[in-house]
Amino acid sequence: MPSSPDHHKGIAPHQCGQCCTHIDKISVTLDRNPIIEDVSLHLHCGELTTIVGPNGAGKSTLLKALLGEVAHTGAIHFHPVFGPDREDAPAIGYVPQSLDFDRFSPFSVSDLFAASLSRYPVPLGCRPDVRKSALAALASVEAECLLDRKLGKLSGGELQRVLLALSLTPLPNLLLLDEPVSGIDLPGRELFYRTVSELRHKFDLSILMVSHDLAGIAPVSDRIVFLDRRVVCIGTPAEVLVNGDFRHAFGLDLEDRP
Amino acid sequence: MSQLIDLLSALPFEWARYGFMRNALVAVVLVSPLFAIMGTLVVNNRMAFFSDAIGHASLTGLGLGVLLGLADPLLALVAFSMFLGIGILVLHRVTRSSMDTIISLCMSFSIALGIVLLSRGGNFNRFSHYLIGDLLSITPQEIGWLLLTLLVVGGGLLFFYNRILLIGLNDSLARSRGLNTWWIQVFFVASIVMVVTMNLSWVGILIINSMLILPAAAARNLAGNTRQYVFFAIAIALVSGVCGLLISYYSDTASGATIVLVAMGFYFLTLVIKALRHQ
Repeated sequence: MPSSPDHHKGIAPHQCGQCCTHIDKISVTLDRNPIIEDVSLHLHCGELTTIVGPNGAGKSTLLKALLGEVAHTGAIHFHPVFGPDREDAPAIGYVPQSLDFDRFSPFSVSDLFAASLSRYPVPLGCRPDVRKSALAALASVEAECLLDRKLGKLSGGELQRVLLALSLTPLPNLLLLDEPVSGIDLPGRELFYRTVSELRHKFDLSILMVSHDLAGIAPVSDRIVFLDRRVVCIGTPAEVLVNGDFRHAFGLDLEDRP
Repeated sequence: MSQLIDLLSALPFEWARYGFMRNALVAVVLVSPLFAIMGTLVVNNRMAFFSDAIGHASLTGLGLGVLLGLADPLLALVAFSMFLGIGILVLHRVTRSSMDTIISLCMSFSIALGIVLLSRGGNFNRFSHYLIGDLLSITPQEIGWLLLTLLVVGGGLLFFYNRILLIGLNDSLARSRGLNTWWIQVFFVASIVMVVTMNLSWVGILIINSMLILPAAAARNLAGNTRQYVFFAIAIALVSGVCGLLISYYSDTASGATIVLVAMGFYFLTLVIKALRHQ
């Protein structure tokens, strides 16, 4: 089982609640088109923040900027509560939208963990300690039984849980989930949300999720950010769900009319 | 090196009496595992078209070597292929066009340029042995070079195996694990170039890519994880290499192409095994 991150040492889960990540006026321009402008967010430990917004609103781009994949202006600060400031190398866990990979590849779940966690060449076999931490990580998402399965043979929901387990090893400062449930059936979605929700409290994780699934995210999110190139509104699910711009963008205002 | 190889003449076979066959056998046994390990990564990372292009582009390297008046065009060949390989990566990154379009463009350019350079004065036939390859002409000194390539590139590949594997699976995921995907890709491309160009003169431009791809493609049909994948690929490469060489001796055919045909046979065999397992 992964232990608590360094900066949470001595703090019981649920109690930290402090600002772990400051996103300060991030802007991304691609081919002279502004994709996102002046996005500022404060992410807290033990909180799940969900970004919603129409297609092309720049949701995935924001995650890519956080991952350092696209050039951006503005700054991202990571604030560990205890210990030295480690702003240069924060541990970011990432679960991609849908893993675009070769499904016929003989690549097992255990290979994925071994390749990610150790430099001992996978063709020479998996070290027992790596196998042990892989099993522990999989256990935290109720997926121990998947360790020796081929990655290409997993269902969408199983694959996302495996990727979630991988993103938790080692335990990150910030966990990014990019539309983690797109293309997963309803029971799979519910299990995924429940798991993420539990992990948030258990490890006092700061989680940023992009989602289209309005109905599914409202009950599990602590905060919702409505993004349309810039932050249009931000608040608790109850606050955002009654926002006029938000209801208009998702066609909910049609239901409001008599 | 040559004394060691001569020990093989103690074998009770007709072919073992010939120096060229002993050299060829040692070369095959040395190089097959390297081809197999590299092939597993090339197939996984969807680089089969890339390695094919590197093989074909070597025509231009040869042409440049001849133009510069080098006695052995190998240096020009390695240099040009390296330039082209890294060039394809850079173009892909800068233009954001799809990889296969860029590879196709670069390959057409370098094949055309290579043919123009080599056919100057109407003497293209002089170079046709590069197309088919001549395994039986390999010398103990060249085997020494192969051994060095095997140790350097093979060691490097094993050292970076996990990282290359992750990049092939998903670039963003690899990056989020803190990998410098660009430099790992450059290393991988450079090692493909080394392996392809160093073995070109005895395997032949036309079929070198099959030597790389076929064992891995066959092993995929049988393997359930990466360890089995690499193990089967090495086994298939070794067996088809040795069998192909011996068949070519008795049937008096080009060795490289015969090896490829045997590997192809293994590929179909694994397809059948896979189909039977699913029943």
